[in-house]
Amino acid sequence: MSEEKTLRVPGRFESLAEIADFIARVARDAGFDEDDVFRVQMAVDEACSNVVEHAYGPNRAGDIVLSCRVDGNGDLRVDIYDQGRPFNPDVVPEPQVGADLLDVDEMKVGGLGLFFMRKLMDEVTFHFDERVGNHLTMVKRSAK
Amino acid sequence: MQISSRDLKRVNVVTVSGRVDSAASPELEKALQDLLEGQRHQIVMELAEVEYMSSAGLRALVSALKTAKKAGGDVVIARPSERVREVIDLAGLTSVFTVYEDTLEAVGSF
Repeated sequence: MSEEKTLRVPGRFESLAEIADFIARVARDAGFDEDDVFRVQMAVDEACSNVVEHAYGPNRAGDIVLSCRVDGNGDLRVDIYDQGRPFNPDVVPEPQVGADLLDVDEMKVGGLGLFFMRKLMDEVTFHFDERVGNHLTMVKRSAK
Repeated sequence: MQISSRDLKRVNVVTVSGRVDSAASPELEKALQDLLEGQRHQIVMELAEVEYMSSAGLRALVSALKTAKKAGGDVVIARPSERVREVIDLAGLTSVFTVYEDTLEAVGSF
């Protein structure tokens, strides 16, 4: 198990570029190729965008904490924490991507972002705890 | 993200570069909305220099496409970067956008 790498940033859109740089560095250090680095980066960007937009929204403020670890198989695990409104992925309708333009345009609560996260990563799990807040775990398996 | 727009006779070429994430996409949405409200419904999106596009950026394009089509126009994509191509594909929208490898060809399609 590698050393844990963490980043704490304000939960605002302005933090997204810093988050993208951080996660790209972590994924590269873990040995992922550039295509997978991009996929991890995109999944994390979508996740953090949802936190800023929906968990915190315009009326709440708080941090986003990212914590990354690579296990013995080379799999990358990213944990993302926020103190915003509880997020329940089950209430987000699955987008009917490609079927109708209307669906993409009118998707609510980050439906397309969530769809991307699930396609880009091997595991996506949401937890909520009164004490910890929202906690999202995503895993990208090593291609080796 | 940088956006620039060139007014041609019948078409607008909108060139976007850099990161089109949730922080940047409202600006893209506004730029496209301004064109559409100004009755410019034939738009070529030149996306060769886009390093990254998130679902928010894609939504801005889809929203503009819908408005343009309602008015009898279109939003087509010219020279998409590999990352733009990947995102469109990931969303299953490959058949929704017409893609050209050449900007002139895209302009000529109108």
